[in-house]
Amino acid sequence: MTEVLEVSGLKTHFFTHAGVVKAVDGVDFTVSKGEVMGLVGESGSGKSITGFSILGLIEPPGRIVDGSIRFNGDEIANAPEERLKTLRGNRISMIFQDPMMTLNPVLRVDTQMIEAILAHENVSRQTAWERSRDALGLVGIPSPEERLQAYPHQLSGGMRQRVAIATAFLNQPDLIIADEPTTALDVTIQAQIIHEAQKLTKRTGTAMIWITHDLAVVAGLADRISVMYAGRIVEQGGIDDVIDRPLHPYTVGLLGSVPTANRRGQRLFQIEGMTPNMLALPEGCAFGPRCQALTAACSKRPPIKDVDGRSLRCFNPQRTKETTL
Amino acid sequence: MTEPLVEIRGVSKRFTKRLDVAGKIAQRLGANIREETVHAVDNVNLSIQKGEVLGLVGESGCGKSTLGRVVAGIHPASDGQMFYGGKDVATLNGTDKRAATLAIQMIFQDPFASLNPRMRVEDIIGEAPRMHGIVSKAESAEYVDDVMRKVGLDPSLKRRYAHQFSGGQRQRIGIARALAVKPKFLVCDEAIAALDVSIQAQVINLFMDLREELGLTYLFISHDLSVVEHIADRVAIMYLGRIVESASTEEIFSDPRHPYTKALLAEAPRLDQRRRDFAPIEGEIPSPLDPPSGCTFHPRCPVATAECRTTVPELKAGRGGRETACLLEHAETV
Ligand SMILES: Nc1ncnc2c1ncn2[C@@H]1O[C@H](COP(=O)(O)OP(=O)(O)OP(=O)(O)O)[C@@H](O)[C@H]1O
Ligand SMILES: Nc1ncnc2c1ncn2[C@@H]1O[C@H](COP(=O)(O)OP(=O)(O)OP(=O)(O)O)[C@@H](O)[C@H]1O
Ligand code: SF4
Ligand code: SF4
Ligand SMILES: [Mg+2]
Ligand SMILES: [Mg+2]
Repeated sequence: MTEVLEVSGLKTHFFTHAGVVKAVDGVDFTVSKGEVMGLVGESGSGKSITGFSILGLIEPPGRIVDGSIRFNGDEIANAPEERLKTLRGNRISMIFQDPMMTLNPVLRVDTQMIEAILAHENVSRQTAWERSRDALGLVGIPSPEERLQAYPHQLSGGMRQRVAIATAFLNQPDLIIADEPTTALDVTIQAQIIHEAQKLTKRTGTAMIWITHDLAVVAGLADRISVMYAGRIVEQGGIDDVIDRPLHPYTVGLLGSVPTANRRGQRLFQIEGMTPNMLALPEGCAFGPRCQALTAACSKRPPIKDVDGRSLRCFNPQRTKETTL
Repeated sequence: MTEPLVEIRGVSKRFTKRLDVAGKIAQRLGANIREETVHAVDNVNLSIQKGEVLGLVGESGCGKSTLGRVVAGIHPASDGQMFYGGKDVATLNGTDKRAATLAIQMIFQDPFASLNPRMRVEDIIGEAPRMHGIVSKAESAEYVDDVMRKVGLDPSLKRRYAHQFSGGQRQRIGIARALAVKPKFLVCDEAIAALDVSIQAQVINLFMDLREELGLTYLFISHDLSVVEHIADRVAIMYLGRIVESASTEEIFSDPRHPYTKALLAEAPRLDQRRRDFAPIEGEIPSPLDPPSGCTFHPRCPVATAECRTTVPELKAGRGGRETACLLEHAETV
């Protein structure tokens, strides 16, 4: 397998007045050609910052303080902005949670998409326009010729996200980082977008990191899954292993809290407590204050260990828990 | 039957894209352009009993948010009537009107856009209850702490600004802001869509607890069928501005009738389906500017007949008394 992306020991910290936020604090993973990795985790756990770090989009007070990011074998952590610029939107694309982060509100859709192509390729405006139109059609946008003339605010939320996704796919990148791209969309559109993403990864071998809180989407789409908590990946492995036999108490809790038909109307299992305060993480395991399997050992930071064919940060793997779906 | 808490009758909402000066001149000179009208909500009837949770599900752009905003009194309807506690809202006077306005609160889809980035969280949550005399100035700080705890936010963060929170935390701020004015009826527009699972579970439990504790009634707009299945008593399925099926949650999920409802259920991702081939229903979403003739679902419907292209199906009881807007379902009554 060819590794498109190899992240190791990545640390991205924010130096705020209130203290240092260790948003990403020792993250390792690889993504191979054509592979889809699902990145899931609590709100604020560092998923987006991991994505931004790869794209070189970290701005002060944030900084990549340690680790390496290899893209097609080349080190790109803290690479010069010029180098990153030629990668972004060309070899690596990002689809954001909020489509307005990629779309310019004052420019028409056609202007933005054509510029995205012309910035990296020497083709005629007409060719670029045709490719833009086809890309909109591919993500299920009706009458693409008309929509090309629209401004982003004239489109509904779902439509805007599809324009952003079409734009990310324009230059057939090697890697797409999709940050909650279907969160606000309904199921037929989500299915269409996932379907397009699947087709693209299969056809072009584009690798994908799919950031989401929706475990069911990851189950249906990803080959591997990384579960993140408080800046670290706490469990990483093959999709079937992790979803059918979760080992980390946090993963166990997450899977238990998904509403499914057999729990209708009942209270859902809920992981107690709240999103950890990243400025005041506990000494030992960051999940400790919310963990039902806490023991004395957990007052130390759990290191990464290989357990049952996956990597895990936990002293007390939950082997007894079999997920009932 | 008790009287519904909220009822809307024949509600429509149209948006008209007005021509700019250049457009008007071009039109005078004979160019083939005209004002475009979007029928975002088209002749919808809904009634929601006190204490009930009505789930509203549908395609992107089908008018869910618009309908939610009309119900919440944020958008005036183009046509139709809205009743709160049996009274036509349009006829309410000063104090009654204000009471009704406070009683219906909306929790928005987009936590990024709905919070003022220049306000501290304590003011986002505390301003309205102070202004409306729900709490005194002296009690305000403690009240804000209480509400924050209720939605799972650490009160020690209340002096921060909204932009200093992650997406999930911001949505909880939005919920806290709505709850702070002690509403009776909540319109939740994708209120938990942006939250991660462990917090979703907490918020779903919270919505269910609040329903019991405070007797809250909900219009729960969501694209997440499993969440709607979990929380709603009744479900209405919307397509291109119209309700196409309405039934108890049990009926919708165990025996969907409208072809669109069937497609929705088939495509919902599930934990037990791995690396599946997503096979979305064929066809494009019709433009609401130029909706298809007859049944607006016909271009995507796998069982459409010739009649579906010309006849508009009404939402009415068909086979087994189930409410759908599908000609096939109506025909099978006999
Ligand atoms: N500009 C910034 N200054 C200070 N802290 C920041 C900044 N941007 C992000 N953070 C912090 O970094 C942490 C990780 O944030 P990130 O956006 O990666 O979370 P996430 O996992 O994507 O969450 P969500 O699911 O809510 O999108 C959070 O605790 C956040 O508060
Ligand atoms: N202020 C407005 N001006 C013009 N058109 C509008 C306005 N608000 C909504 N629309 C149009 O009305 C239709 C319904 O939009 P609405 O936002 O209600 O859909 P929705 O079902 O909430 O979609 P989503 O799932 O994307 O949030 C869309 O075609 C939209 O473009
Ligand atoms: S290391 Fe200890 S506290 Fe952390 S998740 Fe494992 S059991 Fe829980
Ligand atoms: S009326 Fe016809 S096109 Fe519409 S849903 Fe029924 S069968 Fe399909
Ligand atoms: Mg994020
Ligand atoms: Mg909406």
